[in-house]
Amino acid sequence: MTTPDTSGAAGGGTRTPQVSYRQARSLAEAVFEVGGLSVFYGDHEAVRDVNMSIGDRQITAMIGPSGCGKSTVLRCFNRMNDLVPTARVHGKIHYHNEDLYGREVDPIEVRRRIGMVFQKPNPFPKSIYDNIAYGPRVGGFKGNVDDLVEETLTHAALWEEVKDKLKTSALALSGGQQQRLCIARTIAVKPEVILMDEPCSSLDPIATAKIEDLMEKLAEEFTIIVVTHNMQQAARVSHRTAFFTADVDDKGERHGRLVEYDETARIFSNPSDRRTEDYISGRFG
Amino acid sequence: MGAPVVTQDAPALPPPRLKGRGTPLRERFFRLGLWASLAVGVVFLAGLLLYVVVEAWPRLDSRIWSNFPDIIDPTNAGAQSAIMGTLWVIAFTAVYCLPTGILAAIYLEEYADPDRWWNKVIEINIQNLAAVPSIVYGILGLGVISRGLGFGQTVLTASLTLSLLVLPIVIIASREAIRAVPQSIRQASLALGATQWQTIWRQVLPAAVPGMATGSILALSRAIGEAAPLLLLGGLTFITFNPTGIQSEFTVLPIQIFNWISQSRAEFVALASAAIVILLVILLAMNSLAIWLRNRYARRW
Amino acid sequence: MSVPQQRQRTASGTPGFLKRSQPRYGEQAVKVLLVAASLVSVLTTVGIVVALIPPTRDFFAEIGIGEFLTGTEWAALFNPPEFGVLPLVGATLLITLIALVVAVPLGLGAAVYLSEYASPRTRTVFKPVLEVLAGIPTVVYGFFALKAITPFLRDHWWFDEPPQIFNALSAGFVMGIMIIPTIASLSEDAMAAVPRALRDGAFALGSSRMQVSTRVVFPAALSGIVAAVVLGISRAIGETMIVAIAAGLRPNLSWNPLEGMQTMTAFIAAAGIGDVPVGSIGYKTIFAVGSLLFVLTLVMNLISIRLVRKYREVYE
Repeated sequence: MTTPDTSGAAGGGTRTPQVSYRQARSLAEAVFEVGGLSVFYGDHEAVRDVNMSIGDRQITAMIGPSGCGKSTVLRCFNRMNDLVPTARVHGKIHYHNEDLYGREVDPIEVRRRIGMVFQKPNPFPKSIYDNIAYGPRVGGFKGNVDDLVEETLTHAALWEEVKDKLKTSALALSGGQQQRLCIARTIAVKPEVILMDEPCSSLDPIATAKIEDLMEKLAEEFTIIVVTHNMQQAARVSHRTAFFTADVDDKGERHGRLVEYDETARIFSNPSDRRTEDYISGRFG
Repeated sequence: MGAPVVTQDAPALPPPRLKGRGTPLRERFFRLGLWASLAVGVVFLAGLLLYVVVEAWPRLDSRIWSNFPDIIDPTNAGAQSAIMGTLWVIAFTAVYCLPTGILAAIYLEEYADPDRWWNKVIEINIQNLAAVPSIVYGILGLGVISRGLGFGQTVLTASLTLSLLVLPIVIIASREAIRAVPQSIRQASLALGATQWQTIWRQVLPAAVPGMATGSILALSRAIGEAAPLLLLGGLTFITFNPTGIQSEFTVLPIQIFNWISQSRAEFVALASAAIVILLVILLAMNSLAIWLRNRYARRW
Repeated sequence: MSVPQQRQRTASGTPGFLKRSQPRYGEQAVKVLLVAASLVSVLTTVGIVVALIPPTRDFFAEIGIGEFLTGTEWAALFNPPEFGVLPLVGATLLITLIALVVAVPLGLGAAVYLSEYASPRTRTVFKPVLEVLAGIPTVVYGFFALKAITPFLRDHWWFDEPPQIFNALSAGFVMGIMIIPTIASLSEDAMAAVPRALRDGAFALGSSRMQVSTRVVFPAALSGIVAAVVLGISRAIGETMIVAIAAGLRPNLSWNPLEGMQTMTAFIAAAGIGDVPVGSIGYKTIFAVGSLLFVLTLVMNLISIRLVRKYREVYE
C-alpha cells in the first residue's frame, strides 16, 4: 500500500506512523451494527440484506459500481433518507446498541452525533465564520464562538489559509477549500461519526490528497465512513473496506448488495469473492 | 451496364452543394409575422403611453397631488385623497397578504406532501384563485367583509379584499423563490443537526428573500391598479379628505380615474390622464425596484 | 454554561441517548401557523361561495331559473324589471371572441418568436414589454379604448355606419392586447418545456426553423398552448373595467360589434356603483350574475390547470 504524496498537504500536525496506527485500530470495538438492512424507494428495493459492523475511530470505505446502493446505505447512518418521502428502511442499524430507527429516536439528535459531508462542496452562501458557527449555534452552543471557530479550523488544517478572510464569503474559496470547510463545519458540531459521500469526486488530485490527509488525521478522534468510487482512495486511507455490487433483475432494476467486507489490505490483496477481484482489478465496473 | 468502376480518368463528380439557395420566402414571411406580433404590442404600448402623457400634459402640475377632487370646477380639482387612499390601502394590503402568502408558500414547499389529497386541493385552489375575476373578489368583499363582518366601506375592507385578491400571486412567486434554493443547502443544514424550521429560517428564507420581495412587489402593483372590486365596495363615493385610519372611508387612484373618465366635460379627460400618469409613475417605481432587487441579489449557485 | 466548548449531551451508549434532548414546541407551533396561512386560500374560496350562494338562492326563489337563463331582455334595475341574462352573456361572449381574434395569433406569434427565434438580447428587450403590458391597470386600457381607439375608428371608418361611442369592437380589441402577455408567457413556458432532443432530431433531418416550430414544437406544446388560450378566455370573461368604460352599460342582445353593450362584469360593476338597497331584488341580482360568472371562469380555469398538468407530466 502506498502513502499518497503529501508534499502539498496543509497543517503541520504530527502523524502517527502508518503501520502501527492501522494495526492498533483493527481491534476497535463496533460503533454501528448493521443486520439485514434493506432500503426501498417506493416499491423499488435499492439495497438488499446488508450486514456489517463498523469499528470505532476507523476509516471504513464503501466501494462499488454506481447504482450499487453504497450511498443509500451511508444515508441510513444519519437518517438522511428520512428526507426522501418514499424511502423505507428495514432491518437493524444499531448505533452504540441503540436502534437508530427506534420509535423514540430523534433524527436531529442523531445528526448532531453523526455528521455528513456531501459529494459536491455545499458551503452556505455566508461567510467562512458563519459556516463554521452555524452548526454549534443551531445546537444551542453558549460558549465563545470566536474560539470555537479558530479551534475547529485549526483542527481541520484550514486555519492558516483562511484566518485573514473569515468574514468573506465561503463561496469565494476554491473547490478543495470549500470541501475542507464543509468537513470543518461538520466537526464543529463535535460529532462522533463523520459520513462522507464521495467527498473528492469533484476535486482535483491535489485537493483530493489534502482531504485524504485530513481524513487520516481526523480518524484519531472520529469514526469515518467514506463512500468512494476511487479504489485507490479506499486503499490509501481506509482500514476496512466494504465492496457493494448491483444485481440486475429481469425487469432491469438494480438491487444493491454487500458482497464482501473485510480489512482493506485483505480486500485489495486477497479478496475472497470473485466479483471483488474483478472489480478491483478493473475488469468490471 | 455493369457496376461502374471508378478509374483515375473517370469524370469527377460535381462537388456536393452545401451552400443553400438562401432562406425561402415563406420562412422569411413566417419570421416577419412572428416579429410583427411582438411589434404590435410594442407599438400599442408606445401609443398608449404617448397618448396619456400628451393628454395629461396641460394638467400635469402640483394641482394633481395638492388639491382634492372637485365636481364643479375641474381646473381646481386634484387627486390628493386618491393618492393618499392608494398608499393607505396598499400599505395594509401588504401587511395582510405578504406574511400570509409567504407562510403558505413555506408550508407548500417545505412541509406539504404533494401526494396527499388535501395538499392537492390547496394547490388547485390557489391556481384557480389566481384566475378568478377580480370583480368576484369584490362580491366577496361586499358580501362577507363589508356586510357580513360589518367592516363597512373602509380602508380595512378594501385592503382585506385586495390582499385576498393578490394572495395567490404572492404564494406562487414565493414558492418559486423557495424552490430556487438548492436542495444541497437544506441537506447541509439538516446534516449539522439543525431542525427543519432552523433550516428554513436561517438558510432557505435568507436565500429566497430577494425572489420573494420581487414577486411581492409585483403582486402589490397588481393591487394598486385594481378598480373593479373596489367599485363594489363603494369606493366610488365622492371623497374629498385623506384617510385617517383603517376605519376611514377612502378612494383610490384607479377609482378616481374611472370617475373622471365617466364625466362628460372635456377638462376631466386631461384630469384623468394626469391621474393615470401619477398611477403609472408609482407602478414604474415599484417595478424598477423589483427589477433592481432581482439583479442586485441574483444568486449564482 | 460552565463547560463552554462541549454542549451538555448524554454520553453515547447510555440507554435512550438518541431521544430528543429538549422538547421542541416551537417547531410544532410554527407548523400550525404555516398550515393556518395555507388555509386562508381555502377559506377565500369558501368565502366566495358563501357570499354567492344565499343571495343567489333568494334570487332564484323570486325569478325562475328558466326565465333567467333564456330571457332576452335585461333590465334588472329598472321598473318593470326584466331578468333575461342572455344579453349580458351574449355581450361577454362577443367581446371575448373579439379579444381572442386579436390575442391568440399575436400571443402565439410572440411566444414562438421568443422561444424559437429570439436571441437572448432580443428577449431582454421584448420580455419587459410583455411584462409592462401585463402590468398596466385595466382602467388605463379602458380609458385608451374609449378616448383614443374609438375616436380613431370613428374618424377613419370606411363603411357606412361608424361605431357608436360605446362599442364592443374597441373594448374587445384593447382587451385582446391586454391578454397577449397571458397567452404568450404561458405558451412560451410550454414550448420551453419541449425537450431540446426533439428539436435537434428535426434539425438533423434537415428541417428549417419554421418547420421545427410549426411541426415539432407547436404540436408537442399543444396542451400547454390550449391551457394558455383557455386561461386567456377566463381573463377576458372576467375583465371588468375595460368593458365598463368602453363598451357601455346598455344591455343589448346583438352580434354587431359596432354597438354598445353591457357584459356580465359591467353589470355587476354598475349595480355596485348604483348603491342598490341591501336585500332588494337588484342587490340579489349582483350575486346571481356573479355566480354565473364564477362558474363560467371556474370551468375555464379547471380545464386550463388540467392541461398544464398534462404537459408537465409528459416532460418533467
